[in-house]
Amino acid sequence: MTTSEPLIVLESVNKWFGPLHVLDNVSLSVGRGEVVVVIGPSGSGKSTLCRTINRLEPITSGTITFDGQPLPAEGRALAKLRSEVGMVFQSFNLFAHKTILENVTLGPIKVRREKPAAARERGLALLDRVGIANQADKFPAQLSGGQQQRVAIARALAMQPKAMLFDEPTSALDPEMVGEVLDVMTSLAREGMTMVVVTHEMGFARHAANRVVFMADGQLVEDAPPAEFFANPRSERAKDFLSKILTH
Amino acid sequence: MSVLIDKFDVFASGFWLTLQICFLAAIGALILGSVVAVLRISPVPPLRALGTAYVNTFRNLPLTIVMFFAAFGLPALGSNADFLRIPGLDIVFSRLGTDLPYFRFALIALVLYTAAFVCEALRSGVNAVPAGQAEAARSLGLTFIQNLRHVVLPQSWTASVVPLGSVIIAMIKNSALIGFFGVIGDLSQTADQLTSAGGEPFIPVAIGISIGYLIMTVPLGALLDRVERRQAVAR
Repeated sequence: MTTSEPLIVLESVNKWFGPLHVLDNVSLSVGRGEVVVVIGPSGSGKSTLCRTINRLEPITSGTITFDGQPLPAEGRALAKLRSEVGMVFQSFNLFAHKTILENVTLGPIKVRREKPAAARERGLALLDRVGIANQADKFPAQLSGGQQQRVAIARALAMQPKAMLFDEPTSALDPEMVGEVLDVMTSLAREGMTMVVVTHEMGFARHAANRVVFMADGQLVEDAPPAEFFANPRSERAKDFLSKILTH
Repeated sequence: MSVLIDKFDVFASGFWLTLQICFLAAIGALILGSVVAVLRISPVPPLRALGTAYVNTFRNLPLTIVMFFAAFGLPALGSNADFLRIPGLDIVFSRLGTDLPYFRFALIALVLYTAAFVCEALRSGVNAVPAGQAEAARSLGLTFIQNLRHVVLPQSWTASVVPLGSVIIAMIKNSALIGFFGVIGDLSQTADQLTSAGGEPFIPVAIGISIGYLIMTVPLGALLDRVERRQAVAR
C-alpha cells in the first residue's frame, strides 16, 4: 500500500438533476488519512458531491475511483464498496425499529458475516467510545439528537471503514449538542481516519481539516489548507460567503 | 323468514365454500402480491417494468373479465389448472381436487386480480418508511434483499396492514362473482339455487346471504380498527 496514492479520486465529475447542473466538472482527490472539509452556500452541490463517493447519487459523467478501483455499478460489488465507506447523514437515519446496539451490529453481522457475540462486543466498545454504552438497549427515538448522531458514527465505524463521509452531521442538531458530535469527529480525525466532511462548522474546518474545499453553483471554486482559505480566500464567491457567515 | 332455519344447511355449506375460496385466494394473493411488490421496488429496471405492467393490467381490468379469461381462456389453451390439485391441500379444500375445474379457475382469477391490489398496499407501506432508512442500510453495504428483509419491510408492515385488510375485505365481496363462472354452491350462488330452483322467497334468502358475508367481513374490519388503534397508541 503506497501512501502517496490517494484513496478517493473524482475526475471531471458532472451530475445533472434534469436541467439542473449540480456538479459541474468537479475534480478532487483525497489522500489516505486526509480530512477534507467541504463548505459552500446551500444548493452549491456539496451534499451531492459527498453522496456520489459511495454512489448513493449516480453521476452523469466523469470517473470516481476509491482505493484504486472505479466505483462499480449497482450490485454486490457496489455493496462491498459501500461497506468500506462509512456514511453519516444529516438526519441520523438510525434504524427506528432496532435498538442502539442492534443498529451498530446489523452491518457487521449481515454484511461481514461476523459472529453476533463478537459484533456485540465490538459494538459495545464503539458505543463506549462515543459515550453512550449505557443506552445500548434503548431505541433511537429515546435518545437526543446528539446521542443519535454519535450512535450513527459508531454504526459506521463498526464496519471498520477505510474512509468516512459526513453529510452535514450537525445541521439537524440543537446548538448545545453540536459540540459532543464534533468532539467525536475530531478524535477520529486525529487518529488518521480519511474523512470527507460537508459542514457549516467553521471551527471544525479550522482545527481538524487538512484541506478546505469551497463549492458554489456546482463548481469546486477553491481547495486550500484551512489557515490559508480563511485568511486569504482567493475567489470573490468565497470572500462573499465568508463575510456572510463570519460577521455574525 | 323460516327459510333461514329450514335451509340453514344450504346457507352453511355456501358459507363454507366461500370461506374456502377466500382463504386460499387470500394466501395466494398475499404471496403473489409480495413478489410483484418486490419487483416493483427492485433496483433492476426490467423487473420494475414487469411489476408495473402486472399491476397496470390486473388493477385496471374488471374482475369479470379476469374471471372470463380464467374460466374460458385457460380451457381454450388446454389447461384445467391441474397444478392446483395440490395433494393434501385438496383433502381439506375438496373442490381443488375435483374434475370440474371451475373452482380452480375462479381461484386463479381472484388471486391474479387481488395480487395487484396487495402489491400496491405493500408498496404504500414501503413508501411510508422514510427514504433515509433504506439509504443508511445501503451505505452500510446491505444488499437490496437484506435491506428489505432487515430494515424496510419490518417498518413498512405497520403502515401496510390496514390497507391490506381492506383489500382482503374487497376480495371476499368480489368472490360473489364466482357463481357466474361455473362454481356451484358458494354463498351467492346458493341464493340462486334457493330462489330459482327451490322457489324460496327472494328477500329472506338475500338477507341470509348478506348475513353470511357480514360474518366474514365485519370481524375482519373490527380487527383492522383494533390494529389501527394500537398503532396510534404506539406512535
